[in-house]
Amino acid sequence: MSIWSNLGLVYALLGAAVAVFLAGAGSAIGVGIAGQAASGVVTEDPSKFAKVLIMQLLPGTQGIYGLLVGFITLSKIGLLGGGAADLDPKTGLLILAACLPIGIVGLISGKAQGQTAAAAIGIVAKKPEQFGKAMLFPAMVETYAILALLISILAVTAIQV
Amino acid sequence: MSEQYTYAVARIRALEVSLFSNSTIDQLIACQNYQQCLQFLEEKGWGSADTSKDAEAILTREEEKIWEVVKELSIDMENFAVLSYPKLFHNLKAAIKEVCTEEKNRHIFYDDVAIGGEEMLEIVREKAFTRLPDYMQHVAAEAYDTLLHTRDGQLCDVMIDRATLDAVYAAGKASKAQIIRDYAESTVAVADIKIAVRSQKTAKSIEFMKRAMAECDSVSVDQLSKAALAGKEALRDYLMGTAYAEGAQALLESPSAFERWCDNKIIQTISPQKYNAFTIGPVIAYVIARQNEIKTVRIILSGKLNDLPDDSIRERVREMYV
Repeated sequence: MSIWSNLGLVYALLGAAVAVFLAGAGSAIGVGIAGQAASGVVTEDPSKFAKVLIMQLLPGTQGIYGLLVGFITLSKIGLLGGGAADLDPKTGLLILAACLPIGIVGLISGKAQGQTAAAAIGIVAKKPEQFGKAMLFPAMVETYAILALLISILAVTAIQV
Repeated sequence: MSEQYTYAVARIRALEVSLFSNSTIDQLIACQNYQQCLQFLEEKGWGSADTSKDAEAILTREEEKIWEVVKELSIDMENFAVLSYPKLFHNLKAAIKEVCTEEKNRHIFYDDVAIGGEEMLEIVREKAFTRLPDYMQHVAAEAYDTLLHTRDGQLCDVMIDRATLDAVYAAGKASKAQIIRDYAESTVAVADIKIAVRSQKTAKSIEFMKRAMAECDSVSVDQLSKAALAGKEALRDYLMGTAYAEGAQALLESPSAFERWCDNKIIQTISPQKYNAFTIGPVIAYVIARQNEIKTVRIILSGKLNDLPDDSIRERVREMYV
């Protein structure tokens, strides 16, 4: 089976990889940044562990969204069921394009959410009673990751294979 | 945006909770006597098991704690150079005086700097000024010769103090961190204003003032010294036209109000760092805030020890960072 004769499948797989890789990288960066801040607070005040852990986990969702789009894509092209669909290059490119929103937005929003979560951890460090308000700031960044997830899911499912 | 200091800033945020606020300082002032003040400080976690009821030991231990935290953050100590220069130059001054006058006083040196008392004494005794950092070599040789030949201790002080200000300013200008640049600018400008005020009171010559003051962007040494020479009114008028107009107002009130304003100005300079999450700024600000806190507690303890009325102590108390 030559790659050139299955270019459509290659493009579609590349789409799934982009969704998982970029969104996952964004989450890894974001969780890493927030984790550094969380460690700083817990070094001085271990009683805030639970609160800062929740903050640290917030940027982790982009990776899950990427994984979800990756699964849907793999399912769509039949790779999960065992029989790969016969895709023409045009359909493969359409699937790749459909995966890009969550990949790119996931990467950028993951990092941005990590930075916002780190700043919000600063609020929890000084005013733990303001945890609810502090959590809203990084949660706002999530909106745009969800929008990108919606578009990616709608686009992937709408493509006729 | 660099995330290099994320851990450090978050840890500092957690530590800021234990900084004294203005209301804590009010509680300390409200203590009945000196012993109660010490007890209050110990209840707040100041000092250690070895420093029981010894004010000087408690304050020294608190100063040590600041640098222990900074070392644990693994930040390049070069970033804190502007804060250590005054102590470093103080050691030079003390060593030159000890060598030239042969008066022995081992307790006047700071040992928590790059060149401690013993090493500084050795350098000055052997005249090995090349072992000093570049910014100290020239002034060390010059101040040593001046004191040896003229026996003028004040002139020696002026030369070294001026070199301190020049070094702080140069380090500020060379720094990439905005807070260090702002801190250096404020420190030098406030020091120049202090020199002008004191020189005006003691009727010093314009040459003396120009020798003592360091150049900076926010005040003109030439205009400031001329204003100080013309009198208190002229000095106040000049300050009113600068970013330090509040200093002119404090000057009107009392000498202690002016000294208080000088320290408050530095705290105002670092205040924006409370809202900064990713640069070295909050760490530098924390060190300055802790030093200001220790200085304020020292003022209060000294007031209580000498039975000063609470209002007199309050007039001298500095603004807190948090």
